[in-house]
Amino acid sequence: MSAYAADVAALARKDLRLELRAKDTLPAMLLFVLATFVVFHFALPSSAGDDAAYGLLWVSLVFTALLGLGRAWVPEREASAIDGLVLAPCDRSAIWLGKTLATMAFLVAAEVVALPVFAAFFAPLDATAVLAVLLADVGICAVGSLVAAMAATSRARELVLPLVFLPLGIPLVVGGVGATLSSQGGKYLLFLALYDAVFSLLSWASFEYVVTE
Amino acid sequence: MSSGEKYVAAAYAVVLIAVLVWAAIIAAKLARLERETAELSDLARTRAASPPSEARLADG
Amino acid sequence: MLSAVAVALMALALVLVFFVAPVDADQGITQKIFYFHVPIALTAYACFGWGAWKALRLLWTRDDRYDLESYTAVHQGTIFGLLTLLTGSIWAKASWGRWWVWSEDQLVLFLVLFLFYCAYFMLRFSLEPGPGRERISAVYALFGVVLIPISFLAIRLSKNFIHPVVFTRHGPQMTHTMFAAFCVSWAAMLVLAYLMYRVELLGKRIDENLRELRATLSGA
Repeated sequence: MSAYAADVAALARKDLRLELRAKDTLPAMLLFVLATFVVFHFALPSSAGDDAAYGLLWVSLVFTALLGLGRAWVPEREASAIDGLVLAPCDRSAIWLGKTLATMAFLVAAEVVALPVFAAFFAPLDATAVLAVLLADVGICAVGSLVAAMAATSRARELVLPLVFLPLGIPLVVGGVGATLSSQGGKYLLFLALYDAVFSLLSWASFEYVVTE
Repeated sequence: MSSGEKYVAAAYAVVLIAVLVWAAIIAAKLARLERETAELSDLARTRAASPPSEARLADG
Repeated sequence: MLSAVAVALMALALVLVFFVAPVDADQGITQKIFYFHVPIALTAYACFGWGAWKALRLLWTRDDRYDLESYTAVHQGTIFGLLTLLTGSIWAKASWGRWWVWSEDQLVLFLVLFLFYCAYFMLRFSLEPGPGRERISAVYALFGVVLIPISFLAIRLSKNFIHPVVFTRHGPQMTHTMFAAFCVSWAAMLVLAYLMYRVELLGKRIDENLRELRATLSGA
């Protein structure tokens, strides 16, 4: 059990260290999310209330996550390291978990800046909203890592990843927007947790079939 | 026909047309498969008629 | 044999729908669309489930004949899904005067599923044929089936804050004959889907065999 955890930690640390050295994905995600906020300011008519802004927050988060996910397996692909990882004596699902945790770290890091900026530009965010963002991040990264690995083996990976990810992301948007807007946010948080549990389990169990030839 | 009846007819027509389009696509595929089988049996016939390995051996 | 059953069932269904079942007191003749629309939707679900089952068998046994079976089942599901959206849209126009209504949960669910399964084909055709593609397609088919209930729940939840104009519709109080017509129609759709599945699968297998034959003949 602890060997598994050690593998996961090592894998996640590798990704974080690579990013710290390269410094390309995280700054890009940050800039992208801020840029979309500005675009949305111009896209929202003045009659639109806070509700519309909250909706657009979630759109921004999903697309920023997609940006990050597109880069998720690139280090492995470029160095053909995915074969090495798969041959390594660790459980394949540990590769998925390591990647999911690393991607989540990037997403949360971007949100640490993006959410206060959103609150300043548009409308305040309460604890329920922040919790919803964190729960949604889990779902996005869990499913996203798996789906990005699928797309990574294809010829048209930048095209396929958004197409495959967005239908799966719809329930997350519903959960997130609902939690932010509705007075009974708890129901939506519960739904996000359900999504996270179900799809994390499914992704964890099926990852090895996605990477083995 | 009343407008209600027209919509009912349209709905059933859509299903019928979809199945017909599907049948047409399958028919086209069958035609292609037939062509390929004919090509391949020609190929097999020529191979059976003049076994290439023996001819090569003879040349040395 | 199968085709004979399909034809018979479909003929019986149409007779029952148009000549035996009474016209609905509430909605009038447009309710007749429901005899096709709902069975088509249910058949689509059945096809997706069948595809997911075959996918599971593939991952379990590593026998690659399940790949074509899963793919063909998903293909049928997508065809019937598209038909669900089209017949549903016509029903919406007939009932409420608009080609699309976000308040109909089933329709919105099918829209999401349609997007998901269209992406299945995009994904599959961007991958090189081989065991990798088979496994990835299988995992995706499994995700689809899990997405069905989750999406449904999401759509129900979303109605609390999206507030579309709610079109009330009295649930069909079906008489016995109406229910009989519905069941026969459903059976007819299922058999039709299965027939289409078998025909397509046969075509794909022949294609596969011919390709192998060609490779062997050219290589020799």
